[in-house]
Amino acid sequence: MKKVYVNEEWCLGCHLCEYQCAFANSGMDDMVKALKGKEIHPRICVEGDNNISFAVNCRHCDDALCIKGCISGALSKDADGVVVIDKEKCVGCYTCILLCPYGAIMPGADHSVVQKCQLCTDNSAGEPACVKGCPNRAIVFEDRD
Amino acid sequence: MVRDYLYPEYEAVRNPDLCIGCRACERQCANLVHKYDSDLGKMVSNSATCVDCQRCVCLCPTNALKIVKSDNTFKKNANWTNEAISDVIRQAGTGAVLLSAMGNPKQYPVYWDKMLINASQVTNPSIDPLREPMETKTYLGKKTVSIERDRNGNIVSKTTPQLELETPIMFSAMSYGSISYNAHKSLAMAAEELGILYNTGEGGLHQDFYQYGPNTIVQVASGRFGVHEDYLNAGAAIEIKMGQGAKPGIGGHLPGTKIVGDISRTRMIPEGTDAISPAPHHDIYSIEDLRQLVFSLKEASDYKKPVIVKIAAVHNVAAIASGIARSGADIIAIDGYRGGTGAAPKCIRDNVGIPIELALASVDQRLRDEGIRGDVSVVVGGSIRSSADIVKAIALGADAVYIATSALIALGCHLCRSCQSGKCNWGIATQVPELVKRLNPADGKERLVNLVHAWTHEIKEMMGGMGINSIEALRGNRLMLRGVGMNQKELDILGIKHAGE
Repeated sequence: MKKVYVNEEWCLGCHLCEYQCAFANSGMDDMVKALKGKEIHPRICVEGDNNISFAVNCRHCDDALCIKGCISGALSKDADGVVVIDKEKCVGCYTCILLCPYGAIMPGADHSVVQKCQLCTDNSAGEPACVKGCPNRAIVFEDRD
Repeated sequence: MVRDYLYPEYEAVRNPDLCIGCRACERQCANLVHKYDSDLGKMVSNSATCVDCQRCVCLCPTNALKIVKSDNTFKKNANWTNEAISDVIRQAGTGAVLLSAMGNPKQYPVYWDKMLINASQVTNPSIDPLREPMETKTYLGKKTVSIERDRNGNIVSKTTPQLELETPIMFSAMSYGSISYNAHKSLAMAAEELGILYNTGEGGLHQDFYQYGPNTIVQVASGRFGVHEDYLNAGAAIEIKMGQGAKPGIGGHLPGTKIVGDISRTRMIPEGTDAISPAPHHDIYSIEDLRQLVFSLKEASDYKKPVIVKIAAVHNVAAIASGIARSGADIIAIDGYRGGTGAAPKCIRDNVGIPIELALASVDQRLRDEGIRGDVSVVVGGSIRSSADIVKAIALGADAVYIATSALIALGCHLCRSCQSGKCNWGIATQVPELVKRLNPADGKERLVNLVHAWTHEIKEMMGGMGINSIEALRGNRLMLRGVGMNQKELDILGIKHAGE
């Protein structure tokens, strides 16, 4: 399946992907209105310093630990292989956060349920917003299987 | 000292209503213009170090930034311009030569913009390049005057080595050192895909780029950095650099701070030592000496590679070119005074050399008058800005053009003319690893390929308009050009008529 991959060789650590992610998932049509003066809660997170950096988001593992450990059945794989979360079912126990080896699941803005990257299938961005917004083509959306 | 203070020439202006505080500008500015002030809880900018490279403007996701020319001014004076006064103040403070980069930015006439191209109407048909074949393939090298055949009618004439270009455009010399590994890689990959050539410049050829040999011109300059037998045989052609349009008559100086790791290895000089290219080649003081080097290089490469001699366009360029044509060189490259550089004394860049348009026309004419035009191909560079400039250059007599500034712009350069600082925010004119990685060669290559494809399409459109279906038929076809706003002397040198004639 097509997934979001990051080539650390080209990641500049500019953090723009985080803002593009937060904007895409804000449901608003204006980035300034969506993000100005607010704390952002992106589903992609740039790790590292200026020399080596790497944007991390959900790997959509074949044998996803988060799905196995989910106590409420909120996490599942959709037909395309995307690990998705049903926010109605999530009880906010954070088991998945503890299980994820990549740190790719995090509490949502209000901390009641968790959030994760769903490859922009759950918003109106179309192609993943982090990929479109990366200034150095470090983040790519491709099928490497 | 207070007398040395100069108000910033450009100011970074932030629209506070649009700034979302993502700090991308801060993270991406190697000149440390922007920072987040936690006391004020907002982004602030210090324009004093801004070079107007536009990196922050391009990266700002909400278009909150712009760079404006400062309106702070000394009292208006047509003679003592702000620049003239500022330069005096700087030099009074430092006692140093002023350095700058890229091409001559002064308001000298641009002759390309005073020439207009012809088109067919009624009496000769124009050609639609989308429907009919249109040839841009170009061969560079000495042309055979007559064809000899053996008893069976087979051609026996020996053709000297030729360079084959899909379109009459090449990337001109930029050394590995003056530009980054990723910039070089982008150029090499693009040249390969386009079926054209790029040029190593005088810094040698990185081991990784030997694979692009068939699309490489290897340069031999006065410093002879990185020159060895394998290097000479690695490329498709060898270029002897006698001069550079941005700084005719002077050499080069890559500071020791940039001679690190691979650059030191590629240049074959110790790490940390300054790479100084002398002003002259110390073994060339005449055309006869040049001939010796031309043939030394041909000998070293088994007479399989054409040799290019590159000179800056200077006052006696036609006579010099005539000498070069007789030295055994296969191709003459002429670099006009608007050609770029990674660093040059400002006084030289802004005041030495002549326009490439005039140099080209006089060289082409001189070689024709002397009956030796076929002995060499002529390549011109020094601010080719568009496909129209290329069409005009070829109509004036050029075989092909060299582009470098436009190639760098395709890679992200915004002509801030600060290459000498080594802090290129676009990852081009720098060796700082975290800056170099800002240029992803996959992206760079694609943009270069796009540019050359676009220009080639436009060249075909313009040729079609003139009713010409082959670049060969445009070459030296000065009747396809008319001048506007030029005096008779200028028209005579260019060998073209005035519009309306």
